[in-house]
Amino acid sequence: MSKELIRLKDVSMTFDDGVTVLHDINIYFNDKEFLTLLGPSGCGKTTMLRIIGGFQTPSSGDVIFDGVRINDVPPYRRQVNTVFQKYALFPHLNVYENVAFGLRIPREGTDSNGKKEKVKLSREEIDARVREMLEVVSLKGFEHRSIASLSGGQQQRVAIARALVNRPKVLLLDEPLGALDMRLRKDMQQELKRIQQQMGITFINVTHDQEEALAMSDTVVVMNEGVIQQIGTPEDIYNEPKNAFVADFIGESNIVDGIMREDRVVEIFNRRFACLDGGFGKDEPVDVVIRPEDVDIVSEAEGQLKGAVTSVTFKGVHYDTIVDFYGFKWLIQTTDYCPVGSHIGIKIDPDGFHVMKKSKYSGMFGDYSSYSEEYDEINDPTLLEAEEEGNDDED
Amino acid sequence: MKTKRAWFAFPYMIWMALFVVIPIVIMLVYSLTVDTETAAGTALEASFENYTGMALYMSVFGRSFWLALIATIICLLIGYPVAYLMSREGPGFQRLAMALIMLPMWMNFLLRTYSWMAILENNGLLNQLFQKLGVIALYNRLTGSNIDHFQMIRTSGAVVLGMVYNYLPFMILPIYTVLTKLDVRLIEAAQDLGANSVTVFRRVILPLSVSGIVSGVTMVFVPSVSTFAISRLLGGGTQMMLGDLIENQFLGGAYNPHLGAAISMVMMVIVVICMLVMNHFGDGEGEAVML
Ligand SMILES: Nc1ncnc2c1ncn2[C@@H]1O[C@H](COP(=O)(O)OP(=O)(O)O)[C@@H](O)[C@H]1O
Ligand SMILES: [Mg+2]
Repeated sequence: MSKELIRLKDVSMTFDDGVTVLHDINIYFNDKEFLTLLGPSGCGKTTMLRIIGGFQTPSSGDVIFDGVRINDVPPYRRQVNTVFQKYALFPHLNVYENVAFGLRIPREGTDSNGKKEKVKLSREEIDARVREMLEVVSLKGFEHRSIASLSGGQQQRVAIARALVNRPKVLLLDEPLGALDMRLRKDMQQELKRIQQQMGITFINVTHDQEEALAMSDTVVVMNEGVIQQIGTPEDIYNEPKNAFVADFIGESNIVDGIMREDRVVEIFNRRFACLDGGFGKDEPVDVVIRPEDVDIVSEAEGQLKGAVTSVTFKGVHYDTIVDFYGFKWLIQTTDYCPVGSHIGIKIDPDGFHVMKKSKYSGMFGDYSSYSEEYDEINDPTLLEAEEEGNDDED
Repeated sequence: MKTKRAWFAFPYMIWMALFVVIPIVIMLVYSLTVDTETAAGTALEASFENYTGMALYMSVFGRSFWLALIATIICLLIGYPVAYLMSREGPGFQRLAMALIMLPMWMNFLLRTYSWMAILENNGLLNQLFQKLGVIALYNRLTGSNIDHFQMIRTSGAVVLGMVYNYLPFMILPIYTVLTKLDVRLIEAAQDLGANSVTVFRRVILPLSVSGIVSGVTMVFVPSVSTFAISRLLGGGTQMMLGDLIENQFLGGAYNPHLGAAISMVMMVIVVICMLVMNHFGDGEGEAVML
């Protein structure tokens, strides 16, 4: 990636009520990068975005833009535009005027002698830029429609056009797809990616949907409880999660206690397995992640581990099969059907293991004992509450 | 469903008929007739006389609408900033401010107006204060005049003051309500797009509070146009307004209910036209206030 554009240095945010929402955030954002802040609701994503947009001043730390500290620069002087969580379109203006809003405001510029002056765009230039932008977001012909007459997806396009027409260096998007239905969301993921590449600017996107984050981003930042858990490419985050929280939040994971006997040898359920990880201390206790799709079901005799199937759910492409190994339940995704009650064996290749250092999240995630109940949650609210107390699942 | 709803609306319809439609019809009939003497006594006779003779009172019409307009503008100039500042403060301050604004309204309207008389009188509170502070002496020295009080009561200014004082809360409240409901994210969106606070106000807050302004203007202008107690007490008979004129036709020396009814009808029509024009700007949201 190219050069660094924004940096948050030791940024913490404590609100008046004394609650600290962000803890010592250190992160940089590169130019022309599509970055996603990913984390459960309430983990501080919006707060971080508001600090970058200038709507909130961090309690401590610095916000640096292009090498300049901008903590005290008001939002209207920042080269950053935002697509707000529920779009916040101006209800008294039509589509055209919403998009033209920023262009109609005189900007501070410098004249040929380097003196400061207010620069106002000509009517023709405004018109050209608004129309160009409406074309980018596929809203040609909607110029005179009122905001209230638009669908959610169309409103969102207006919000994007309204922000991008000002040619910001960075576009902040706060859960831009959250209010859209499933199909539209998938389309818009592609669309946003296309727009970002077409404009050639940095997008900082916020979401709690891990699939969306993986699909759209160059870089994913996983957050929880106001702390950055991991920063990396989608592949890194999925294949090399740093701790049990990340492993559980991104995709499905079986997470079991293990001991690193030596480099490239890990022990789980008192059996040693070959793996690709190294660099741990001898006999160091670790968390071991095994993704459900990395497990092969074989006959009981051939299996490295043996267990009994306790539940099978057809998911279209594959079966979600829950297998009980010595009291610990795993989720396995295969295309082979194994009936409930059958005894099976499994095989895991060395690259199917991912070994992580122990963290404060160890033991909190990655057990599918409650799997079957998850499907009853809708019918049984008491179960859901009990679950929520136990572990902090993705919402 | 439908019959049920119609049934619920029934008491309201009776109410409207009894207290709105029937009185207007009676007034209309009155305004289009005159009393005539016949052998059998007085009888009603259809006539346009009441309307054609009204030109005589043009100056009263003019004064009423003019003073009401000035009072409305002053109320707007004071009320909007007050409502705006209130809406931006914390909830504690908002409750306190609201209580202070409502407080005078718990006292009878006439009493409040009488107390203004006591304040504005030639030897009232204010003039005594000016006397003590030497303001009057200073004024005399500066202008070479020789007065012993400022003429405040019995002027149009006193009438406007009375209107502003009495009706200001009706301007503040609807504007305040609209402003508190305004989505702060719209303000942030405008800032995000490059608007400083002046631009945010001009291009977002003001346009989105038009409905409150329309309600406020309506609620101040209509009672101001038709007031009679304020002009009587603070204008001291020098500032006759439509309300006084009408009252005089029904209860006063000029007893002529037919003329009174006609003046009322004309006033009503003009007010309704004014309000329709206003509502045109407010997207019809002020309509609810009229009914
Ligand atoms: N202005 C504020 N005052 C106090 N607490 C706040 C404020 N804004 C957000 N919070 C709290 O900060 C936490 C993080 O909020 P937010 O950044 O909106 O999370 P996210 O966008 O990740 O869901 C929440 O617990 C929220 O209640
Ligand atoms: Mg949020």
